[in-house]
Amino acid sequence: MATRTDWRFQIVDGPIIADDVIQKVADPGNGAICVFHGVVRDHALSGKATRFLDYEAYAEMAETKMAEIAEEIRLRWGIQHVAMTHRTGRLAIGEASVVIAVGTPHRKQAFEACEYAIDRLKVEIPIWKKEIGPDGEEWVE
Amino acid sequence: MIRIRTRFFASHREALGIDRLEIELPDGSTVADLVDRIANQFPNVAAVVRLARYAVNRVYLPATTVLQAGDEVAFIPPVAGGGA
Repeated sequence: MATRTDWRFQIVDGPIIADDVIQKVADPGNGAICVFHGVVRDHALSGKATRFLDYEAYAEMAETKMAEIAEEIRLRWGIQHVAMTHRTGRLAIGEASVVIAVGTPHRKQAFEACEYAIDRLKVEIPIWKKEIGPDGEEWVE
Repeated sequence: MIRIRTRFFASHREALGIDRLEIELPDGSTVADLVDRIANQFPNVAAVVRLARYAVNRVYLPATTVLQAGDEVAFIPPVAGGGA
């Protein structure tokens, strides 16, 4: 899928291949690559059963915001190697909705920056999900 | 008058039945003026559009922001990306 901003930050409408995201942060100076997979679980926070999730994105802005989060990470930890891919459309239980990879010389910063990335992504990125279960469907807000 | 492009997503899009709308506003109008227009035109979303975040040309900005002709204003309901 063509990117609108930076190839390391993508919204895609098909399955995410984690190895592709990991390859984007490959560097001979890296001793650690921390990878976060966000996957679809079978129940909502309320406990209600979920069969699918439908993800919708404001894709042009979402890719820009992902690049901004990577810039925050660069400024805070000096980390250059960050990649994020988020999927849209209908996802089944167990499928990855987001994959984030952070490559660093030493592992501690990779863990820290990866957690920072997903925490920031969840509050800043214009992406929405609708839970579809046996009892109906509902946007998560 | 200035012409503004608006974008709606997720619960807003479904409640409105549209994902885009072009709106003409007087020169000097702000995001808040645009929100008022949408709220008046579509009473069923009045409450939620007033609680949204707003992005002007893909940047989150306050409702006091003055709009320019051709701006794209997105109404951003509470976001929920990223999985668990």
